[in-house]
Order: sequence, then structure tokens, then C-alpha cells
Amino acid sequence: MIIKSNKIIPASEITDPLIFKNRRQIIKAMAGSLLIGSGISSVFANDKIDWIKLPKANVLTNSLPVTPAEIVKNYTNYYEFTFNKTDTTSLAQNLRTDPWSVEISGEVETPGVYYLEDILSHQSLQEYIYRFRCVEAWSMVVPWIGFPLSALLKTVKPLSSARFVQFTSIYSPQVMPNQRDNAMLDWPYQEGLRIDEAMHPLTILAVGMYGETMPKQNGAPLRLVVPWKYGFKSIKAIVKIELLKKPPVTTWNKFAPNDYGFYSNVNPTVAHPRWSQNSERQLGGSFFTPRRQTELFNGYAHQVASLYNDMDLRHFF
Amino acid sequence: MFFRLNNVWLIINFACLIPLLALIFDINFNRLGADPVQAMHIRLGDWSMRFLWLTLVITPVQTFTKWQRMAVYRQMLGLYAFFYASLHVMTYLSVDHGFMWQLIGIDILESSYIWFGLIAYFIILLLAVSSPKSGKKRMGKNWKKLHQFIYIAAIAVIIHYYWQLKGNLAEPLFYLIIIILLLGFRIAVWFKNRQFNKMMIPTTKRVSVASIKQVSIFDQTVELSATTLKESIIQKILGYYECRNKK
Repeated sequence: MIIKSNKIIPASEITDPLIFKNRRQIIKAMAGSLLIGSGISSVFANDKIDWIKLPKANVLTNSLPVTPAEIVKNYTNYYEFTFNKTDTTSLAQNLRTDPWSVEISGEVETPGVYYLEDILSHQSLQEYIYRFRCVEAWSMVVPWIGFPLSALLKTVKPLSSARFVQFTSIYSPQVMPNQRDNAMLDWPYQEGLRIDEAMHPLTILAVGMYGETMPKQNGAPLRLVVPWKYGFKSIKAIVKIELLKKPPVTTWNKFAPNDYGFYSNVNPTVAHPRWSQNSERQLGGSFFTPRRQTELFNGYAHQVASLYNDMDLRHFF
Repeated sequence: MFFRLNNVWLIINFACLIPLLALIFDINFNRLGADPVQAMHIRLGDWSMRFLWLTLVITPVQTFTKWQRMAVYRQMLGLYAFFYASLHVMTYLSVDHGFMWQLIGIDILESSYIWFGLIAYFIILLLAVSSPKSGKKRMGKNWKKLHQFIYIAAIAVIIHYYWQLKGNLAEPLFYLIIIILLLGFRIAVWFKNRQFNKMMIPTTKRVSVASIKQVSIFDQTVELSATTLKESIIQKILGYYECRNKK
């Protein structure tokens, strides 16, 4: 059973991580002395977790050469902080990610606000080595650590009326300069999937990568990863998951509907209105590594093409 | 005098090559970030644009300061704009696309921002080729007409720059403002010249005071240009005799 709490915790009320860690030590000491067991301890309670030995999920791309971690950690689009890809690394450190809770609501039997620790205590983590293709025509291969989104959704029992899933990122203007300035996009960032896309075994919620806890600039503590869609669909720092009857509003689609569709499946034959999506530059190569021909559904057509049978992918881009 | 000018010429040439040296340094020491090919490509494009803007700065500076003989620097900066643009194009073809012509073809066809880059590069290529004195001589009046295409190249460059951005337009705003000011200066000059031409043919009595003032300004400019013309003729004659004496 997942333990529910009914309140959303505003960022201003979040305890200083230091105090929080002390609290845990106290609880641990108490638990130890009273021989209560490990009910309270969580994945994040330990400072270092040995995630390297996690089982690998059964994914075709497991054998891909992984992009160097330093590149993945220092080349991130996180527009809440800044529009460039390198300053995000330091700016994102201001975000408090512990404790973290996620509101799950809408068309589900048991809506509520769940602590991340409680969510994780009911999920078995695995390593997923996925291609990651950005709409800007660069790509990487990332070993994510996470669990299927479907496994979480099943615990809250979606109703048959749930046809779409909307995700919302954290709204924290105190630490996110572009939210404070109301810059460019409508904040908070929102993304969405059709329910069958959300329930697909390749769709995961990630809490780590490269055998470590998720770096803040990469979307800690909880992010979505949908490997057959452009990177911006894989929303970071999720605070809310809502199951809906109707298609949700998604941030980039709202900003520029002709440029960024709701589906945004990786497709080399459907160009962005201003640039080609036919090929991509794989990060981590040398100056002499040629561009890679982009694959339909980012190489996951075998698993996901059936989701889009009889759909005109040019129209539903 | 000649020696001093030559020194300045050398210093400016060296300064124009600093961005290239810095780039080579950064490539060697792996300081171009996670996507070095793109970083290199963008940097060369940026410098090409900056040199093009600098080229367009020369004429207004000459007008406001009355400094003479800056055309040689205008040509030099223009050639550096062409030089960096050529490296930009070469990077795209070689390092980025490895001369895979099919990929390049599809990319150009599907990326409308590249079309504007190509238009700009084609114009700048023509200007660079025709820029030597011999070209100027051979083309006569057409030379100036051709070289006015630099304005079209500048507009194509700024579209090329803006058209590929994902949405945030704040950073390139600086370059946009500069080019608006530079092209605005040309439009203002053109407009003023047209007005003067109209004033030369007085049609009504109403323009009395204003026309006298402006005509007087006009007379001054005529005088000025006449003196500079005289000077240049004298210099040419002197230069001719110098050459003859050396022989």
C-alpha cells in the first residue's frame, strides 16, 4: 500500500536538507534501537546506493555504446533556469529535491499526494539504456535508472475514462529565474501522453542515471523518459500526474503549435518547419564521427509503431 | 606615413585572425563543450556575421568622423567576413556532414534557415571575388551596384540566424538592433539625398527659409567634395611623378 497524504507541500515549507538528513539519522537510530525494521528507510536515505548492479531492463538498445556521463550531465535543456545548456548544471543545484511528493489525480480510483520515497518503495528499479534524440538534432545514449510509468499508474487504478496523462513540472520561481521573469514559455512546464503511450513498457519514470541518483540538471528527483519521442516530451522534476478524459495542454505545443506537435515522435521524414530531422549528431564522438541517420521512432519502431497504426504521421506530428 | 599605415594594416589583420587562433586553441584543448562540432560551426558563423556588421560600420564612421581612406579597411573586413563564412560552410560540409551529399541535400532542402545562409554566402562570394582594384576597374559603374547587394546579404544573414532558433530570441537581439541601425543609416542618407535633389528644383515659394539653409548645407558639401577631389588629383599627380622618379 502507498501511504497517502492530502496536502501539497509548498516549496517554501520544505525543510532544509541538512535538518532533514539529521531527522533521518535520528529516526534510523531509533529504528535501530527499537528493532522496528526498515519501514522508513528509502532509496534516498542512503547517501550512496549501489545502483550499478541493478538488473537491466529487457530493452533492445541495451548493447548501445553509452554517451560519456560528463557530457550528459553538462549539456541539458532546462529552460526554467536558463536558455543555454551548460549553466543549467550550476543553477539547477538551487532546486530542493528532497523531500519530494507527487500529486496523482484525475481519472483514478485512489487520487492523492504521494511521497517519492513511498512511491519508490513499491517499485523495483532497473537500468534502461535508451537513445535520447533532441528536437534540435543531437542525440545521446543514456543509461537511466527507473521503473515503468505503467507500474505507478496501476497502483492508483486508472478509471476506464482515463484516456490521456498530463505531467506537470515544479513551479519554483524563487530558484528558477525564467519562471520568475515569466520568460518565453508558460510556466510550469507541462507535457502529456496518450494513455496507451503512458502504459507502454518502454515509457519509464527515471530517478537516476549512470548508477547514481539523478543529477538536478537532468531532472531530479523524478523525470519521464519516452525514448521514441523528442527529448522535450520527457518532462523533468515532475510534481503532478493527472489522468484526463481529453488531450492535455503541452507547453511547447502551446508556444508554437506548428513547430511542436502533441505526439512529437522522432521521425526523420517529418521535418521541423525550419530545419531537417533527417540526421542527428551523436554527442561524445570525435570530430570525425559522421552524423547518424535518424530512425523512425528513434529506433523503437518495432515496439511502438503499432500504437500509431492507421495514423497519418505527417498530420499527427 | 606609409610605414605607419602599414603597421596599422598588420595589426588589424592580426586582430582579425585572433578568433581563428582562439578556435584552434579551443579545439586542441577540447574546450568546445559537449557538442564541439556544433560549437565550432556556430562560432565561425558568429564571427562571419560580426565581420559583416563591422564592414557595414565603416561608412557611417567615415561620415561622422570625416576620417579618410577607410575604404581599404572596409574591403579588408569584408574579406574576413567572407573568410569566416567560407570556414563556416566548409565545417558544415566536412566535419558536420562528412561530405555525405545525400544527407546534405536532404538537410538543405528541408531546412529553410539554410536557404538564407546560402543566399548570403553566394552574395558575399561575388563581392569578395570582385573586390580587388582590377575588378573595380573592369566593372565600372556596375561595381557599386553589385556591392550594394551587401545589404541584402546582411538581411539574409540575420534571417538565417533567427530562423534556426528554438524560440528564445533575446540573445540575437543585439545583432538585430545593430543591423537595423546600420541599415537605417543608409536609408536616412538615401532619403536625405532625395530631398536635396528635390530642393535643387525650386517649384514653390513656400520653401524659402528652409531651402536656403539646406541649399547652403548642400553648397558646403559641394565645396568639401570639390576640395577633396582637388586633393586627390594632386596626390595622384604627385604619385605619378614619384613612380617615374623611382624608375
